[in-house]
Amino acid sequence: MRPDEENMEREPMTTGMQSPKGRWWVPAHRSEKVWFAIAFAWCMVLFAMMPLWHWKGGQNPSGIRRKVEPAAFEARVNQFVADYQVGELNGYPVVEPPPGSDIYMIGRMWSWFPILKLRKGAEYTLHLSSKDVNHGFSLYPVNINFQIVPGYDYGLKIVPTEAGDFGVICNEFCGVGHHMMLGKVLVTNEDGTLPGETSASAEVQ
Amino acid sequence: MSTVLERPEPRVPLRAGLFRTCEVTGLKLHRPAERLMKANAVAATVALLIGGISAILILLTRWQAVHLLEPVMFYRVLTAHGISMLIFFIIFFEMAVLYFASGPLLNSRIAAPKLGWFNFALMTTGAVMVEWMIWTGKADVLMTSYIPLRADPLYYLGIIFFAVGALLVCFQFFATLVVAKRERTYEGSLPLITFGAVAAAIIAVITLLHGAATYIPTFLWSIGVMSVDPQVYRMLWWALGHSSQQINVAAMVAIWYLLGAFTVGAVVLNEKISRTAFVLYILFISMASAHHLLVDPGFSSSWKVVNTSYFMYMAVLASMLHGFTVPAGVEIGQRLRGATQGLFGWVRRAPWGDPGFSSLVLSVVVFGFVGGITGVTIGTEQINIVVHNTLRVPGHFHATVVSGTAMAFMGLTYYLIPLIFRKKVAFWRLAQIQPYLFAGGMLIFSIFMSFSGGFGVPRRHWDITFSNAPFEQAFHPAVDALLGIMALGGLIAAVGGGLYILITVWSVFFGKPFTEADRVAGAKGLPQGIIRPPRAVTVADEANLPKGRFGTAPGTMVLVLIFLAAFATYYFANWKLLSFVWKIG
Repeated sequence: MRPDEENMEREPMTTGMQSPKGRWWVPAHRSEKVWFAIAFAWCMVLFAMMPLWHWKGGQNPSGIRRKVEPAAFEARVNQFVADYQVGELNGYPVVEPPPGSDIYMIGRMWSWFPILKLRKGAEYTLHLSSKDVNHGFSLYPVNINFQIVPGYDYGLKIVPTEAGDFGVICNEFCGVGHHMMLGKVLVTNEDGTLPGETSASAEVQ
Repeated sequence: MSTVLERPEPRVPLRAGLFRTCEVTGLKLHRPAERLMKANAVAATVALLIGGISAILILLTRWQAVHLLEPVMFYRVLTAHGISMLIFFIIFFEMAVLYFASGPLLNSRIAAPKLGWFNFALMTTGAVMVEWMIWTGKADVLMTSYIPLRADPLYYLGIIFFAVGALLVCFQFFATLVVAKRERTYEGSLPLITFGAVAAAIIAVITLLHGAATYIPTFLWSIGVMSVDPQVYRMLWWALGHSSQQINVAAMVAIWYLLGAFTVGAVVLNEKISRTAFVLYILFISMASAHHLLVDPGFSSSWKVVNTSYFMYMAVLASMLHGFTVPAGVEIGQRLRGATQGLFGWVRRAPWGDPGFSSLVLSVVVFGFVGGITGVTIGTEQINIVVHNTLRVPGHFHATVVSGTAMAFMGLTYYLIPLIFRKKVAFWRLAQIQPYLFAGGMLIFSIFMSFSGGFGVPRRHWDITFSNAPFEQAFHPAVDALLGIMALGGLIAAVGGGLYILITVWSVFFGKPFTEADRVAGAKGLPQGIIRPPRAVTVADEANLPKGRFGTAPGTMVLVLIFLAAFATYYFANWKLLSFVWKIG
């Protein structure tokens, strides 16, 4: 018998169906103490990782967050489209803002508006909000997901790290047309071309 | 026949006729309590049937190769599935557990049985209203009903009725504890299982108050007399929605201890540790619901980190403690009774043909290894960016709430049928394989659902081929195969769930009565823990316990270290995965 076991009440061990006999606030078995220490240390690791990633990591959901009237946000989006529109695709304006600027996308039943054309390696502040109900911004295939809540402007600093054609899926249920809600983000190479496109053809566009 | 329990005679003599003594457990059963348990268990099974049929329809729609339902119907059935399973099935069953843990387990009468019937009527009325609204198409808002999506006011009112009924059962439970204490039906502290039920009931009160704070304003909003902020709604709703899953966890862990006691005489290694772990649930779990809002615009990062890490991890700690003490209790229970060979002789000699025992083990293992590990990982602030609202989320919670909680409930049912309903379990051979089918199917289902989510496949989505969308969009080709395997697992689980309903309904309504004469070795229709309850142990039996460096439960020590290794691997693999995506912040 080890010392910690000798301290135990000398009653037979019981199941959880019985009232414990005698004093039950007694020291734990050593194996339980060891596991408690390991589990607690692990929880501290879990705790440390989040602040650590804010400090050193590149992906955080902090953002610039403000309340905004849906109508005011929509007006801002329209102004943004008027300023930087460069083309049109399937009826949606394609907007190419300068690197470093504030860019906007609004979710509404059931579309993402407008199509963004960004440059690889440049930083933007992407403002997301909704005109009507909750939507879910899900960038495919990068797999970046944010909740979009009406009345709130979520401004996220983003740096596209790859060029290509990305889909914006809605992954929060927003009514019967939810599954038709699909937007687009195009990311060009540093020279302004899309993958598979020469710089000459980009000039023509 | 030996009995597990020896009880002191109560000071207030029990009124004859109102009680019967259970010949297996020695418990005194208050007949009004028994009737309430039966009613709630039957209501739970009806909800399970509705939820289960919905599950199959949803599965056959998300399986893109079949794509059964039309969109409107899909979202409607999905709403019904969530509400019927997560709210009605689980809470009705928990009401039965509360009556059991307060009345019979304490040898007591329950307080105010008539109030119990009023509560049951209120809950049933609420449930019927809600189902009616959903199936008539007046509440196509999914179970979260995030405003400004709008359902018929009667839908919200139905939820309020149901919640008020459940809240009153919690108070009735507390009143029964007072009655039992005052009438001295037990000596000393509450048994651990009742203590766990107290934790569940306290969390239930906290949860249901949040429910009131959510649904009463929402009801008023739906009739046009009040406005509600969508972000505040999400915060309050999850204080209800996630905390209610913590009622499940506390109730499930209490049932783990109970099934361990019934099947192999599992002991409580240390009352202090197990009870402290339950208290941690009460203290820290409500704030943990913040992990649903990790990528929401309304909250600062520090708010998110504090609520999910500092608070949630104390609840995680509690689960990790139970994850040790429950299997250790089983191991020591087995060793005390002579299964002393090697590290895992106690596993080999366990009653694997007892569906109560196999359910217990499967519930612990799948809940811990799949549900727990994925849950903590995806509930991490930054990792949530690559997880939020993808199929990884339902992949996680089907491993907790279905293969964990529902599996534990099912295991307990195999004991409740003979002990409470006084019937033998019908289709015994099927009952013996039912837990393996159900948990095995759910395991495949959860894992492959999670994998699909890893490719960004959204949850709650009718058509991931985007056939009516303005642009073309195709998922990674692996997704089709993953969803196909997921569907296969889901169908296996559906067979397991269907068997459970068949077995319970048949046993209860057409089953052979269970009599003392049936308790003979090899009898079909009775779990081993009822035919031959684990004998009570004496201090002398402790000579059977190992004295090595790894304590009295060395096998469990090995198992939990494997668990920790799996946890750490999965956790850091997800950070790595996150580091590949665009820079964002």
